[in-house]
Amino acid sequence: MAKTIIPVGPYHPLQEEPEFFKLLVEGEKVLELEIELGYNHRGIEKVAESKSYDQVIFLVERVCGICSTSHPIACVNALEDLADIKVPERALYIRSIIAELERLHSHLLWLGLAGHFIGYNTVWMWAWKYREPVLDICERISGNRNHYAMMKAGGVRRDIDNNDIPHIMKMVDNLLPGLDLFMGAVMDDPVIALRTKGVGVLTKEDVIEYGALGPTARASGVAIDVRKDEPYAAYPLVEWKLITREEGDVFAKIVVRILEMYEAVKIIKQCLEKLKIVGGEIDAKVKEIPPGEGIGRGEAPRGEVFHYIRSDGSNRPIRYKIRAPSYMNVPTNQKSVVGGTVSDATITLAAVDPCYCCTERVAVVDKKTGKKGLTGQDLIRLSQEKTLRLKSERLE
Amino acid sequence: MAEEILARIKDEFSKKILKVFEKSPRRIYIDFDSKDIPQVVSFLFREMGGRLATATGIDTRKNIEILYHFSFDSSGTIVSLRTLIDKKNPEIESITPIIKGAEWIEREMHELLGVNFKNHPNLKRLLLFEDWPEGKYPLRRE
Repeated sequence: MAKTIIPVGPYHPLQEEPEFFKLLVEGEKVLELEIELGYNHRGIEKVAESKSYDQVIFLVERVCGICSTSHPIACVNALEDLADIKVPERALYIRSIIAELERLHSHLLWLGLAGHFIGYNTVWMWAWKYREPVLDICERISGNRNHYAMMKAGGVRRDIDNNDIPHIMKMVDNLLPGLDLFMGAVMDDPVIALRTKGVGVLTKEDVIEYGALGPTARASGVAIDVRKDEPYAAYPLVEWKLITREEGDVFAKIVVRILEMYEAVKIIKQCLEKLKIVGGEIDAKVKEIPPGEGIGRGEAPRGEVFHYIRSDGSNRPIRYKIRAPSYMNVPTNQKSVVGGTVSDATITLAAVDPCYCCTERVAVVDKKTGKKGLTGQDLIRLSQEKTLRLKSERLE
Repeated sequence: MAEEILARIKDEFSKKILKVFEKSPRRIYIDFDSKDIPQVVSFLFREMGGRLATATGIDTRKNIEILYHFSFDSSGTIVSLRTLIDKKNPEIESITPIIKGAEWIEREMHELLGVNFKNHPNLKRLLLFEDWPEGKYPLRRE
């Protein structure tokens, strides 16, 4: 049978980061996967060398639009490691609240898109409906739906007014019925199980070999989470569970993310309660950053964010290294997609939560003739048709 | 925990360690000669269960400095292996044959700093556009 190459990507208005996947297929089966990236390389590490430390925190917030507070948290952790800064307790709770709100809206965004790709457009609409109130809470606290600009070395920029807490608490409580709905929908739906169980399996060995992070690692039974391993912000001060699953398939990744959202709500509520009793400063008022080097980490919705800063004692870093979690997670697709079918490729590529919306630009090209056979819409249609087929087979 | 990790590395490579710097209880920096890096990396990854978080390349004007950041997740410790290589002929053995996850990290450092990783299985550009001129390295200071 003739082998064909399916190019996936690189651009789509919905996707978080542009990437380009080349699938080498034989019939339905994926034989090889080649990944190309760099379409969105903005030279932020180089730009950071020309910005003052205060500006750098705003700059790294722009690394990612979805996990926009994870990078500033890693940055302030690195600066605090470099300069041995102690952060006031109240600021720690505020940091955790913002970080967990971000995890909630990021996981809901992912859940919606994952639903769309397997043909569950109702899940998509509902997930995004329940994401809206999360953004409203972010706006209430920081003034912004995204890019909260809350972090600064030694504390946070804005306080949470204690008079606002009952209202915010109510908004957070209102998220729970939505989460229950998704948990029920995913756990009980036989077709979602057929489409995701045993699909795109990533083994524990692969996770270790590729250094995969976050929910991608935790769904394969590797219990790593910076919030537990090297506690920062308020995570050591509140009660919460680390969620892991052993299966490593797409289903496990969905379950890990949904259960993490419950933990996020738990963390936010405890932090809000603590804010009522912990008063005081929210800023250690850092004057200067001494020469030296610092490493800061944070657990973003997708995994560990890693920042390294070297200072020569001036007001600007002389080297700023950023490593986002998808950088380690995306190469794992070389293991999880290969061997599967084309109609499962979209949801498998999606499962590490990178930018699976690239699939909109998919085109199947015959290697010999160079003729286009399938478009991006066709590929999503194939995936959705498989779900419909499975549904009707169950009815018969 | 961090002391145990450091003690074990010191035990294994007592003669090869050039310098140890303990920045804080969870941050250890150890200097090695560039020729010892594959052996040390292999020990940290295979024997001690370290996870390669990333590697940082820095142009220090005289040399190219490479830091391999290993995370020991159960104790939250980060051990950074530091090595200096000659800027005129920046060459070092690739660690991708040992750790698959290092492939992109080395490719990125190759194109941005011009470090030649010997025996890398796929040392081509990762981020830069194909029209970018050969021999120009964005993160070099010159």
